[in-house]
Amino acid sequence: MSKISVNGKAQEVESSISIAELIKLNNVAQPSMVSIQLNGQFVNRDDFDSTTVSDGDELDFLYFMGGGSL
Amino acid sequence: MDFTEEQIQRYSRHILLQDVGVEGQEKINNGKVLIVGAGGLGAPIALYLAAAGVGTIGIIDGDVVDLSNLQRQVIHFTPDVNKPKVISAKEKINLINPDVKVVTYQKLLTAENALDIINDYDFVVDGTDNFPVKFLINDACMIAKKPFSHGGILRFDGQTLTYVPGSACYRCLFHSPPPPNAVPTCSQAGVLGAIAGMLGTIQAAEVLKYLTGVGDLLTNRLLTFNAKTMEFRTVHTKHNDNCPVCGSHPTVTGLVDYEQAVCDIESHRKQK
Repeated sequence: MSKISVNGKAQEVESSISIAELIKLNNVAQPSMVSIQLNGQFVNRDDFDSTTVSDGDELDFLYFMGGGSL
Repeated sequence: MDFTEEQIQRYSRHILLQDVGVEGQEKINNGKVLIVGAGGLGAPIALYLAAAGVGTIGIIDGDVVDLSNLQRQVIHFTPDVNKPKVISAKEKINLINPDVKVVTYQKLLTAENALDIINDYDFVVDGTDNFPVKFLINDACMIAKKPFSHGGILRFDGQTLTYVPGSACYRCLFHSPPPPNAVPTCSQAGVLGAIAGMLGTIQAAEVLKYLTGVGDLLTNRLLTFNAKTMEFRTVHTKHNDNCPVCGSHPTVTGLVDYEQAVCDIESHRKQK
């Protein structure tokens, strides 16, 4: 198991889980609406499947937010 | 600029602030700020910038006031329904502060007109409801080397960041617009009215900080909050080398009008 943090909150996940799997695990309803930062570096969307997280990693899930005017 | 007695009185609470003073207030009065969208975010932004005495406020919005806007768009009043939003906003700004020159653009910001309009201003504030224009503002400000404030709200959440040339831009965080069908429409998602005020006033404060040079701007940081928990979070970000507009191999070199799923409550009604 790996201890990581997602948006500042501690999470324990299986070792070598991919970012794509982590997105599912966190019940992100629309994966196309999230941008991911791993230890302060943005991860390309194309690399979500191939990038794995390890113990101590800090992730930020940033969501598109569109409202404002209408 | 020599302030009149009346202006000294009007702006006294700014002038009293050690970091602002007469000098800072003069910078505000000389400032030119463009607000894109006279809606949920644009309303509080315009009200506070008008009260602060920002010299020129440009407002661009092609819409008219709808009854469903009044739950959060506090610059528009009940008798303003069906009035162009830019006219309604201009009337309130003039009432709040006759020092402010208001320039209205009753149209959409497009790839064609964006640079011409933005070039006349010192700072651009994004108060829009859709991603195509958010990306357009970002790209146009990159090209024109103008600072801007991004703001977005949805349901109980808000997010904002400030860009100045050299800092992480909106695309550094959000590479390209989400697929149109992935975007929840406002009629599906909704928004708590007061969220617009919470976020819009943060954006207005950033504008005043920029104009006066006071404090640290929200650059290389994304501020997010959720009103259900009232938790605020700052995510530190940095310039992204893979950014399509300011990375080392830019793929976006001109302005584009992206297709959008229009957040249109009327079309939603018709679908029902």
